[in-house]
Amino acid sequence: MEYLIRFSQSHETFRLPEIQALAVLEGIEMEVVSYSLDSPFCIVRLPSTSPSDLEASANLARKLIRRSILAMSIHELWGHGPSFASVHSAVKSSTPHLWPQYLTCSFKFTLDSYQGSRTSDQKVAMINSFSYLGFMGPIKMRHPDQEFTLHEDWPFNSTPLGIPEPKHLYFTRHLGSGMRDLPKKLDLKKRRYISTTSMDAELALITANIALAGPGKLFYDPFCGTGSFPIAVAEFGAVALGSDIDGRSIRGDEKKKTLKGNFEQYGLLGRLGGTFTADLTNSPIRRLPLGAPGDGQRGRVFDGIVCDPPYGVREGLMVLGVRDPEKTPWVERKGREMYKQADFIPPRKPYGFLAMLDDILQFAAQTLVDNGRVAFWMPTANDEEQEMPVPSHPYLETLSVSTQVFNKWSRRLICYRRIPDKDVDPAAVQAREERKLVGKTADELNPFRKAYFEGFQTPPATGTSTPTPVAQTPPPN
Amino acid sequence: MKVLTLNFLTCAVKSCKSSSDSFPLHPKDAELASDDVEVNPELLVNLLPRLDWKALKTTSTELGFPQLPDSPPTIDELQSDDKLLKDLHSLLMETNLMEGKLVCGVCGHEYAVREGIPNFLLPSHLV
Repeated sequence: MEYLIRFSQSHETFRLPEIQALAVLEGIEMEVVSYSLDSPFCIVRLPSTSPSDLEASANLARKLIRRSILAMSIHELWGHGPSFASVHSAVKSSTPHLWPQYLTCSFKFTLDSYQGSRTSDQKVAMINSFSYLGFMGPIKMRHPDQEFTLHEDWPFNSTPLGIPEPKHLYFTRHLGSGMRDLPKKLDLKKRRYISTTSMDAELALITANIALAGPGKLFYDPFCGTGSFPIAVAEFGAVALGSDIDGRSIRGDEKKKTLKGNFEQYGLLGRLGGTFTADLTNSPIRRLPLGAPGDGQRGRVFDGIVCDPPYGVREGLMVLGVRDPEKTPWVERKGREMYKQADFIPPRKPYGFLAMLDDILQFAAQTLVDNGRVAFWMPTANDEEQEMPVPSHPYLETLSVSTQVFNKWSRRLICYRRIPDKDVDPAAVQAREERKLVGKTADELNPFRKAYFEGFQTPPATGTSTPTPVAQTPPPN
Repeated sequence: MKVLTLNFLTCAVKSCKSSSDSFPLHPKDAELASDDVEVNPELLVNLLPRLDWKALKTTSTELGFPQLPDSPPTIDELQSDDKLLKDLHSLLMETNLMEGKLVCGVCGHEYAVREGIPNFLLPSHLV
C-alpha cells in the first residue's frame, strides 16, 4: 500500500533524511516512491504482510511518523493524479473494497490546498463529488472516526497568476500525525537559560531524530554550551552527556540559569548523565586506538554524538595550549607554578576549523558503537568556488547532508554512520594517515572565518565587478 | 555527574592514556547526592556490555557502596534479577558526585569537581 506524507514546506533538505532515519529507528522498510524538494507531498510504500491486513500497515505508518518534526501527517493514499477526474477514476478503480468499512462510522472531509485556494462553494462541490463512496455515518467536524482529505498541489503564486487548476491532487484517509508542536515545548524564547549560539529547538530536535536518539541510548555532545542538543536527545528518551571547553556555559549563573536548570525545566533531569569541562582535543573520555584488537565493541560507548561546533566567527575556536610558546615562555612557566590553584584558568590557543572537524570524526570513530551515528553542523559559503568540502573518515559512512541557507553563507547538518571494523577499507585508513594539517593564525586555520570577514567575495581574477549591497544576515556562531 | 559517567572518564593527560592505572579516576573527598530516577531496564541492558566492570567495582568500593561481584552479570541475569537491576540503577543512575576531586592513579593529577561538574582542562605543560 502507498502512503502520503504531508511535510511542512520548510527545511526542505532535512525532510527526507529525517523520515529515513525514523524508518531505521522503528525498523520499517520504507521505499520512497515520489518526492521533490518543491512539494510538501511525498509518496512512500510500506511493507504489508497481507493485502487484507491493512490495519497492520497503517500502524507502521503511524509509527513511522510519530516522532517526526518536519512531517505533519501521514495518510492512506486512495488515489492521485494530475487532474480532478483522474483522482476520481483512481479512487473508483482501486479502492471500492475499502469503502464498506467506513459506511457507518463518523467522518469528515477536508481540503488541503498547498499554494492555492478555493471558494467555499467550490469546496462543497468538490467534497460532494465523492458522494459515490456512499458513507452513511454522521458527519462530525470535531474528532470524527475517520478523516478524508483531498490534497491539492498548486504551482507557486497560482492565485495572482490566475492559474485555474492545481498540478497534482491526492485523495487520502488520515492515519497519524507527527510532532510539529514539540519545538514549541523546547522554544528558546521560553527556555530559562540560553546563550548567543544556542541551537533553535526545531533544528536540535531534527538533529536528534537524524542521529537516531531514543530510549535506552547514550548520547554525547562535546560542544554542549547551554545544552540545546543534550535536551533534544533527552526529550526523545536518550541519556545525554555533555562537555564544553568553557565551563561557564554549563554553570551559567550557578543558580537557576544553568544547563541542569534547563533539564529541570523540561522534567528531563533523570536523563542528564553528566556534564564536564573538557577540550575535545584533550578529551578525558576513555577510548582505544582505532584498529585495536578485541570484539570491536568494548571501549566504544556512545550510540550517538550530536554537536554544533564553534565556527570561529562569533565563538572563538580554541583548544588548550599556548599560541606561541617560544615568544611567551612565561605563560607555560606560570602554568606550572599555579595550575593547582582553584581559580587557575588554563591558557588556550586558536585551532584550525578543518583540524577540529577531523578531530570530531576521529573521536566519533573511536567512541561510537557499530552503526552509531554522529551528526554535526558546519558552515560553508554559498559560492560554489568557496564551498567547503564535506569531511570524510574511513570508519564513517556519510549518510546525509542537509543545508540551511542564509544570505551569503549556509550551514550544513552532516550525518555519518560508524562502519563496523570488519567493513572498513584499509586503503582509506592508509591514505588518512598520510596527510597533516598546519597553520597558526585564526584566518589561516579557518577558511570559513576568512571568507566570512572578507564578505564572501570571489577572487578578483575574472575582471572587476562592483560588489552589490546585501541585506543584513544574522551572524553565525 | 552520575557514577555512570565516571565509568567513561580517564585522565586527560596524553601520556597517561597508555597506562591502565589511569582508569578509573579515584574520587577523593567525594560528596555524593542521590536523585530519584525512574528505573530504565532498557538502558542498563544496552550499557552493560560497554561498562568496564572492573573499574565500576573499584569506583563503587571507593564511594562506600556494597561490594559488586567480581564479574559482570550476563544480560539474562540482569533482566531476571530485579534486585540486581535496582542496585545497579541506584549506583549508576541515581548517585551523583557533587563535590570533591578525581585523581589519576598514574600522574596524580587532581581534577576538581564543583557542583557536579568536573574540570578536565589541563595547564599547557601537560597538553
